[in-house]
Amino acid sequence: MNGRRAFLGTAAALGGVAIAPGLLLFEPARAKGASSKVRWGMLVDTTRCAEGCTACVSACNKENGLSGGTGPDDSQWIRKIELKEKTTGRTLSLPMMCQHCAEPPCVDVCPTGASFKRADGIVLVDRHLCIGCRYCMMACPYKARSFVHEPLHDQKPDVPRGQGCVESCTLCVQRVDRGEGPACVEACKTEGREALLFGDLNDPNSAVSKRMRERGAKQIRADLQLDTGVRYQGI
Amino acid sequence: MRLLAALALVATLALPAGAGAGVDKPVLAPAKGGKCIAPPEVMRREHPDMLRHQRTVTVHEGVRDAKVSLEGCIDCHGPAREFCAQCHRYAGVHIDCFQCHASRPAEKR
Repeated sequence: MNGRRAFLGTAAALGGVAIAPGLLLFEPARAKGASSKVRWGMLVDTTRCAEGCTACVSACNKENGLSGGTGPDDSQWIRKIELKEKTTGRTLSLPMMCQHCAEPPCVDVCPTGASFKRADGIVLVDRHLCIGCRYCMMACPYKARSFVHEPLHDQKPDVPRGQGCVESCTLCVQRVDRGEGPACVEACKTEGREALLFGDLNDPNSAVSKRMRERGAKQIRADLQLDTGVRYQGI
Repeated sequence: MRLLAALALVATLALPAGAGAGVDKPVLAPAKGGKCIAPPEVMRREHPDMLRHQRTVTVHEGVRDAKVSLEGCIDCHGPAREFCAQCHRYAGVHIDCFQCHASRPAEKR
């Protein structure tokens, strides 16, 4: 495989293969994209997450052009959940979103290949391929995906979204590709809580890895063995 | 009889060409920005293939700084309603790019 890639690379470097005037089969210099060396993930410290605070949700809505509605027909990429332990009465607040599984069930069930996992671990929907069947919504144990029921207008230029497609948290892939972190993480920091931390799970020196090493972290529904990219502390 | 049929056939074939006259010929406003990524005659013919190829590379591989980009088209040529729609209406080709993609240039960049 590598040999073949290298050969194709060389062929491309030699000027590309023209299949039509001005259109090359291979780009002569392929720009850098998502790397399989990194695995983007997030750490949620629920002890720092405040009940009633929805800064992450608002930031997500603003960044991705979501309406902010919470009805069954509205897209919610991140939700705040309040939990109560029945026996002790301990309450807990946490954000819930796509867990960016290493073994995503949504990708397994997708009949068209629209649900996919990028090389850097971000689970996305290719809306060009999505037929709106919503199998992925049924397969997701985290209820993380939404379906767009109505036609949309005035979408953000770097967040295309539209009627008839399933969508969910993208870890703000447009920002990640620019070298920034997700909008929710930034908002949480601005709020002074720093309950959310974004980074490379593969890098032992990243802030996420360090904090997980010090204090441990849990995956929600770890029994399903999906190896989620979003981890929680204090649950 | 055969002549009649031939005449009818010619009339039917001629009809769509005549109907084309009912749609205004596209008059495209000059684009902002520098040179386009390819000469007009290439762009006219190849832009669907270019965009279709690039969308896969961008979405699946995360290559963002590619030469070909729908956002780039809109940034230089203005709203899709004015630029894209004119030729597509003239050619009778329906596109649904802008059901999802922003059809106007971003206000600030």
